[in-house]
Amino acid sequence: MSIIKQKAQVLRQTELEPGIYDMTISFPEGAALAKPGQFLCLYCNNETRLLPRPISICGIDNEEGSIRMVYRVAGAGTEEFSRMKAGDSLEVMGPLGNGFAMGGEDAIIVGGGIGVPPMLELARQLDARKTVVLGYRSSTFLLDEFKKEAETVVATEDGSSGVRGTVLDAIREYSVEGKVIYACGPMPMLRALAEYAKDRGLEAQISLEERMACGIGACLGCICKTKEMNHHTHVNNARICKDGPVFDAKEVVFP
Amino acid sequence: MKLEVTIAGKTFKNPVTTASGTFGSGAEFEEFVDLSALGAVTTKGVANVPWEGNPTPRLAETYGGMLNAIGLQNPGIDVFCKRDIPHLVEKNASIIVNVCGRTIPDYLEVVERLSDEPVDLLEINVSCPNVKAGGIAFGQNPQALLEITREVKKVAKQPVVMKLSPNVTDITEMAKAAEAGGADALSLINTITGMKIDIYRRDFVLANKTGGMSGPAIKPVAVRMIYQVRKACPLPIIGMGGVMTGQDAVELMMAGASMVSVGTANFHNPRASIEVLEGIKAFMADQKIEDIREIIGCVE
Ligand SMILES: Cc1cc2nc3c(=O)[nH]c(=O)nc-3n(C[C@H](O)[C@H](O)[C@H](O)COP(=O)(O)OP(=O)(O)OC[C@H]3O[C@@H](n4cnc5c(N)ncnc54)[C@H](O)[C@@H]3O)c2cc1C
Ligand SMILES: Cc1cc2nc3c(=O)[nH]c(=O)nc-3n(C[C@H](O)[C@H](O)[C@H](O)COP(=O)(O)O)c2cc1C
Ligand code: FES
Repeated sequence: MSIIKQKAQVLRQTELEPGIYDMTISFPEGAALAKPGQFLCLYCNNETRLLPRPISICGIDNEEGSIRMVYRVAGAGTEEFSRMKAGDSLEVMGPLGNGFAMGGEDAIIVGGGIGVPPMLELARQLDARKTVVLGYRSSTFLLDEFKKEAETVVATEDGSSGVRGTVLDAIREYSVEGKVIYACGPMPMLRALAEYAKDRGLEAQISLEERMACGIGACLGCICKTKEMNHHTHVNNARICKDGPVFDAKEVVFP
Repeated sequence: MKLEVTIAGKTFKNPVTTASGTFGSGAEFEEFVDLSALGAVTTKGVANVPWEGNPTPRLAETYGGMLNAIGLQNPGIDVFCKRDIPHLVEKNASIIVNVCGRTIPDYLEVVERLSDEPVDLLEINVSCPNVKAGGIAFGQNPQALLEITREVKKVAKQPVVMKLSPNVTDITEMAKAAEAGGADALSLINTITGMKIDIYRRDFVLANKTGGMSGPAIKPVAVRMIYQVRKACPLPIIGMGGVMTGQDAVELMMAGASMVSVGTANFHNPRASIEVLEGIKAFMADQKIEDIREIIGCVE
């Protein structure tokens, strides 16, 4: 089995920041298979909410047999998760998706907003020269943990930490260099990074988001447009849950 | 315990299949379900050529259900015959192929291509609410339904199941039209047209504005329509709409379904189809039912 679906117990949960939660679940079989950039589907205990909530893997701990996720309360489902305490349990499925392809080349690891968490496990595991660039609206989270893994620079919209502006402003301001960009964050950020990479001949691996139902490539709900025909769908659509969520930016047609 | 059911002369080892579009081509669910243990696998709607489908967002959750506006994205019949059918055959699955199209010739091309394939039933989707002229006109007009059924029957080598839309005033009129066109069986219900608005963005959640509603919230509509159709028309019925458990499946069968499809439940639990089958068996054991056929349409 490469995908596990089971009930998992919450080991701990804290609120990092108003509305942003840090949850670790016991999921040994999932942890053993998981890679940076993959995600889990979390199911609500309230069964009137049928569809899974896809949440990225922020940390993998094989000793503890656990997976850590950091998420923002965005609606009823994540609100339900945020009320869970150690010992509570929920259905989970994963690990899902392809994850980042980790080469040995100099890396720029970029996270924006709620796209910051999935970059942490990548920063941990990537065996290459790497610089981390994080963008926040205002207050920062997970920053100290990134600093333990690599040199980390920050941009905030209000200038409260680091550079005032976007992650691209931080990349320019600090002259961050590398050959491969790894990124997760809001669509405008990913689009801008894709252009930046294209202009400089860099590779860019970006992690995309879309609403999901099956999470395993069956329903075709979660597609993104691609420049080439997708080998599975035979049209210019790739499934974010299965062919992604990480794509080579060159392959994606941005909305 | 006897679980076999027969539809249009084809016998299936048990009454549980998968609802088209919720189970891919079956392969996607293999890690969770032994495909040969199901009565049949019903595959995603396939057209004569690949379809791109609708823009995203294509999905929205609703209370006890969901909306989808996939727009019948599919790889086209060539890939389907080359890749998906052989795979299902290798897995020893019985196969029901859902067919979609924009025009009658589109449908006929697919049906003809399937004539030499090891397919048990053809399920003709004339009821997708998410595609402009994607068959819905056929599914909402009795005369058009009769006509397409008759044309499909002329070329089909396998029994023809017409999949009816619930988005009509009188479902029995549609059932009778399909019967008059020569259909061998009916399947119902497809999704119910719905809409969801994001009140904070003051915009539709789905790019397509409307979508097809499915899931447990629609089950009472399915039960009612299956019952009405069974009373109005002698054709066997594949029932679907909101089946989550074995009890739900039994309910649709008591209303009149000979076979039951599990759809949206697969998204909540990828093992749902097999668990529905287990649930039916448990119900039969508990209620001392020897043969599943006893309960088909047992409610007058
Ligand atoms: C691959 C992937 C990884 C993600 N990783 C994270 C993460 O690490 N941390 C985090 O905070 N968020 C993440 N998200 C977004 C997260 O899935 C949504 O915020 C969450 O599903 C919202 O659920 P809700 O019930 O609180 O909101 P509601 O708006 O009530 O949800 C209603 C429905 O819409 C879906 N939905 C709503 N917003 C989104 C969205 N942005 N993306 C996908 N589906 C959505 C829900 O899953 C649900 O089915 C990720 C999304 C994807 C696709
Ligand atoms: C995501 C999705 C895709 C679907 N695609 C098709 C399709 O291709 N052809 C079809 O006839 N019905 C399609 N349907 C309808 C289902 O087969 C079924 O009739 C309906 O969802 C009701 O059953 P349920 O409540 O168990 O899901 C689709 C439904 C969903 C949710
Ligand atoms: S969520 Fe079903 S294909 Fe991706």
